[in-house]
Amino acid sequence: MIQIDKLCKRYGESTVVDDVSMVIEPRTMTTIVGTSGSGKSTLLRMINRLVEPTSGRVLLDGNDTTAEPAYLLRRRIGYAIQGLGLFPHRTVADNIATVPRLLGWSAERVSARVTELLELFQLDPGLYAAKYPHELSGGQQQRVGVARALAAKPNVLLMDEPFGALDPIIRTKAQDDLLGIQRRFGTTIILVTHDIDEAFRLGDRVAVMSQGRLLQHDRPAALLTQPADPFVAQLTGSGDKSLKLLSLTTAGEVADQGIVTGPNVSWSMSLRNVLAELVWCGAAAATVVGPDGDPIGHVTLASILARGRQAR
Amino acid sequence: MQRIDRLGVLLSFSGALALTLLPLVVFKANRIVPGEPRALLDLVPTAALALYFTLAVAAAVAVFIQSPRIRLLTALIGIAALAIAVASAADILTPAGNRVVRVAPGAGFWIVLIALGLLATDALTRLRPGPVLRVATLVVFLAATLAALGSGFFDDLSIMREYAVNATRFAHEAQRHLLLALGSLGAAVIVALPLGVLCHRQPRLRNAVLGVLNVVQTIPSIALFGILMAPLAAMALAFPALAALGLSGIGAAPAAIALFLYSLLPIVGNTVVGLGRVSPAAVDAARGMGLTAGQILRQIELPLALPTILTGIRIVLVQNIGLVTIAALIGGGGFGAFVFQGIGQTAIDLVLLGAIPTVVLAFSASVVLDALTDLTRRVPR
Amino acid sequence: MSRSALVARLAILGLLVAFLVAPQAFAPVFAPLNEYGAPAIYDQGDLLELALSHLWLVLIAAAASTVVAVALGIFVTRPAGAQFLPLSRTLVNVGQTFPPVAVLAVAVPLVGFGQAPTLIALFAYGLLPIFENTIAGLESCPPPVLEAADGLGMNAWQRLRQVELPLAVPLIMEGVRLSLVINVGTATIGSTVAARGLGEVIIAGLLSNNAAFVLQGGLVTALMAILLYDGMRLLEQRYLPTSRN
Repeated sequence: MIQIDKLCKRYGESTVVDDVSMVIEPRTMTTIVGTSGSGKSTLLRMINRLVEPTSGRVLLDGNDTTAEPAYLLRRRIGYAIQGLGLFPHRTVADNIATVPRLLGWSAERVSARVTELLELFQLDPGLYAAKYPHELSGGQQQRVGVARALAAKPNVLLMDEPFGALDPIIRTKAQDDLLGIQRRFGTTIILVTHDIDEAFRLGDRVAVMSQGRLLQHDRPAALLTQPADPFVAQLTGSGDKSLKLLSLTTAGEVADQGIVTGPNVSWSMSLRNVLAELVWCGAAAATVVGPDGDPIGHVTLASILARGRQAR
Repeated sequence: MQRIDRLGVLLSFSGALALTLLPLVVFKANRIVPGEPRALLDLVPTAALALYFTLAVAAAVAVFIQSPRIRLLTALIGIAALAIAVASAADILTPAGNRVVRVAPGAGFWIVLIALGLLATDALTRLRPGPVLRVATLVVFLAATLAALGSGFFDDLSIMREYAVNATRFAHEAQRHLLLALGSLGAAVIVALPLGVLCHRQPRLRNAVLGVLNVVQTIPSIALFGILMAPLAAMALAFPALAALGLSGIGAAPAAIALFLYSLLPIVGNTVVGLGRVSPAAVDAARGMGLTAGQILRQIELPLALPTILTGIRIVLVQNIGLVTIAALIGGGGFGAFVFQGIGQTAIDLVLLGAIPTVVLAFSASVVLDALTDLTRRVPR
Repeated sequence: MSRSALVARLAILGLLVAFLVAPQAFAPVFAPLNEYGAPAIYDQGDLLELALSHLWLVLIAAAASTVVAVALGIFVTRPAGAQFLPLSRTLVNVGQTFPPVAVLAVAVPLVGFGQAPTLIALFAYGLLPIFENTIAGLESCPPPVLEAADGLGMNAWQRLRQVELPLAVPLIMEGVRLSLVINVGTATIGSTVAARGLGEVIIAGLLSNNAAFVLQGGLVTALMAILLYDGMRLLEQRYLPTSRN
């Protein structure tokens, strides 16, 4: 668990982060979203003390982060940034091995970990371990950047616009991979982005920042249905607010008992996509099938519309 | 692809013009009087005909053949033929046991040599040899030249005559030249590298230091040598212990200090530029992963800046080798001693005895350090 | 250049001119450098005349090197001269390893003592930075800009004249300035082969062990180099739009 307690950062007259407090539950993904200059990156960088707070404190599993030297703290926390900061003079394997070597792992353990991570990120170790970063595509570099951040099996991973430089298709793939990794290893991830869709798609909880202040920190649906601030409403609510809300819920979560005539939809499909399917087929209801392909219930057009209206 | 190589046309034309208008060898009654041209064909008909034939082939290759390997080979054969022909002429022209007459290569020789040299250089450039191969080529070429000169075959040529007279001094001045150039470079690296790192960290310090060093760079070398003479002489007078160590107002001490001062700017400047080019994202990531400041400097910043720093060191070394020649004016020794002595006596052979090794030294230093720079450059520019 | 920097340069210029016009007025400044009543101010010739002769030598050589180097730089970057480009690059690198003294020493037997060998050495030595920067400047023109020029229907000459050269001018001028600074210093060595210039003052000081002479010659030369460099940059910023910043 990460507790951020009344954190402030001032540079001279200007306050970049203004009295932010929040609690981040373990094994969740929190996204911090805001415009540029909102203080979101500074907030993130205060967690691993790349920026020292002017006042306030950060507790990591109950321990004050200032209790140990900053560089030791950082070796326990994964860190990935936009542009990745891969070391251009080191091979992919050496890049990934950075923190394990700093921690004094044995050579065999380091190389086993590098191989394991390369395979996890679908990079053939025989082909890629000895390559230099400039020999990789953007998407591959991004995967190496995340692999490097995860190398020493940190419990916490901080990411600052990690997908900012990727084009949309690779970006979606990278987001899926990250979700998969988060579920698989239970890593606590805090990810900063300026993209509200990315924030909604990835975050168990979304923190909205503006002008150094934390406006709202809540579940995505709550941000849509109960915005705490006009800015949050403006940020989340363009014309497709209802569709955004529908995309946060899967068919399996709201399926009613009984089977109806109509198209079959997967339990994991978002209500937004179910709606699209119903519009496409001209049907009024759809049968929801579970992971094993058996029908587990149904959703009706009317119930979806009713849920979408909650956004008002 | 064009059939005719324009560079080849230019080189062949210049060479042919030089051959028809200018002498390949000149005969001088002694080392100071102007020479009178001698016709190679009358002196050594066989060698001359062989040379003309070789040069004709080289010209044809330069104009019509594109392959860099063949061009390089013919250029080298041409250079060898040229040297052999002129050396045989010198042998014929010099009466046995005569130590006064001088047979020197004429203007025609130098122009043809330059044309062939350019042809070889162009071919080498087009071959794009890697760093190791470049150094190997240099070593082979230097070894072959030294072996040829050491064989005694060229001993009757005027420059070699001048060398024979000054052989012991030559070794001494060479040693002095290298010591001054490398010693001041070593001292400068020790000071300039940390200074460069500090300047990278502190923009205010950077402006001040680079400003001062820029001004130092504009002080003409003879003036800086001279300016340092006075305080050094005073110091030697005030502290006899320093004088006992060899410190004095004239000689190597002011030269070494002046060279050291000139060396600082390129190294500090390139260290600052090199460190400034290191991607901020890489440094941020390194910090974020828990590298200490020292680890970031040693493992990330310096390795990435190394090629740029080495470029600065190359500039300094080449510049120092050239500047040491001027140190001879204040008694600092080195090859410049021959140059200025030669200028004083209007003895061109003596001037060349000082100038040619200086150029060879500077050129070799440049090739070696360039290769080193390439080897450390893992990242494409 | 900031206002204070400009004022500082003007002050230096004023001081320099004052020293050259009335050197004896500065005698008290240099007197402590010498013992036994040796002259504190160079007395074997007119300092102003030497300075002007020095400057003249440098400017003539620089003008000639600029014309030749820019012309050559343009030639090797055109299709007609492309075969000369690789060699030119190598020659620039090799040429920089030639020490100025060597160039000077080799020029003496060709043209005798005096201004001529110095002019040749300064000319040859000044070529390199300008040539190098001309090539770099012409090659650094962004390809889209060149394509746009072609697309607008410019012929090769118009493209060179209206697009490439204006974009390359800042780098070319940087080369000219570098060349000037190097040559102001190198010209002092010309005095060893009897060229008239400030080197005479320095060498007279070296020969008679007169530190004041050496310092005078060195200072005047260094200040001239600094003022030339900054003055050139000022002119560029004033009159060449692409040189700003």
